[in-house]
Amino acid sequence: MDRPPVSRGFKSKRHRSETAGLPPGQYLTTDFPVLSAGPTPAIRVTDWKIALQLGGSLLGKWTWDEFEALPQTTITVDIHCVTKWTKLNTVWQGVSFDDLLKVVGLSEPPDAFVMAHCDGGYTTNLPVADLVAGKAVVATRYDGLPLAPAHGGPARLLVPHLYFWKSAKWLRRLRFMPRDEPGFWESRGYHNYGDPWREQRYDGD
Amino acid sequence: MTATDAPLQQHSIDWQTGRVQAIVTETSRVKSIILQPARWSGHWPGQHVDIRLTADDGYQAERSYSIASPPEEQLLTLTVERVEDGEVSPYLLDELRVGDALEFRGPIGRYFIWNQTRGGPICLVAGGTGITPLMAMLRHRKMSRPNIPASLIYSARSLADVVYWDELDTMARGDLNLRLVYTLTREHPSDWNGHLGRVNEVLLAENSFTREQNPTFFICGPAGFVESISSMLVKLGFDPFTVKTERFGPTGA
Repeated sequence: MDRPPVSRGFKSKRHRSETAGLPPGQYLTTDFPVLSAGPTPAIRVTDWKIALQLGGSLLGKWTWDEFEALPQTTITVDIHCVTKWTKLNTVWQGVSFDDLLKVVGLSEPPDAFVMAHCDGGYTTNLPVADLVAGKAVVATRYDGLPLAPAHGGPARLLVPHLYFWKSAKWLRRLRFMPRDEPGFWESRGYHNYGDPWREQRYDGD
Repeated sequence: MTATDAPLQQHSIDWQTGRVQAIVTETSRVKSIILQPARWSGHWPGQHVDIRLTADDGYQAERSYSIASPPEEQLLTLTVERVEDGEVSPYLLDELRVGDALEFRGPIGRYFIWNQTRGGPICLVAGGTGITPLMAMLRHRKMSRPNIPASLIYSARSLADVVYWDELDTMARGDLNLRLVYTLTREHPSDWNGHLGRVNEVLLAENSFTREQNPTFFICGPAGFVESISSMLVKLGFDPFTVKTERFGPTGA
């Protein structure tokens, strides 16, 4: 690629060290901005269930209390939003994807891809390889507190090594599928995979 | 959400260098940058571009800005609000000059979009500079199918903070299909006879069409604003799928 033109008169106010170590095009925030396509669903945990599916068949289904009783994982990770903010050292608690598989008696994933289905009809697609081996958690707590509805509560997927839209809010169903299919944002101009380190923001990146 | 949300786009969105043709002061905190793209295949109202600044030491900063101009215009208008302590918006507002080159890519986004082929009614709700993508929709509507019923509910801190006041005023005058409602949240002129305070359910219900008319909502503004308006609309009985939101985060510089 050609070297980008220098912007006349542009001097970084930020010290280089502030963006050193961040994915390209990202900047640091200490806030936790909210982004979603529509209204935040009001979900009561008493009405809430989450399911793991293989195609059309059910592998497991949990109520809130049942889900809370599963083995819990706490992770501290950096998160990267496609709208360019990065937030460091965020602390999440929930059930790891690995543990979900274990709980339903699977020693390995039955298919190569997963579609995450959420309240409000949103979906996002992921390769299974990006969910296993400690890479993903179904998170129910942020910073030690129940996940706020605006941030995806009661439960959201957390796949921190990909752009944050892959960490789908208001998660209800994880469905294994044999072939990749684009989810909601992925069929609306956003990259199918979304690796922040390769700056895969949009179609064709 | 419908299957027809997205016009297809197969090519990658490459960086290009546009030339700044004009800079218009809109309010004390807001300017519009009018840009001549090197190439442009058109856009949908509601889409945005990414701008990338490069310092001479190679440091780069990227931010997204909504397009305010309609697809009918050759030049792109980006309306930019100052973010205190931001690193891109202060440059765009204070440093950028007519004739400068500006690196950008777009158009981006295929969800928060509308054009005349989708028909109406449309109800647009703007908080502050959240008016920008909605203005592209209104400008496009005016130039294509002004008979599509539309309403704009525009919440601003004060009259002086209303962007595009004159143009909106002219647009609404004589257009019986466009309803224009302002509410001022902090300061108002002594002779102001419009609404005051935050957008509430009554204001929304009175200016947003009926459920039977099946309006599509486009809400754009700060996160808290969008959150509150969209919950009110759901409470009023509108289908959440018809409520499209775009949140301008507090850190979007």
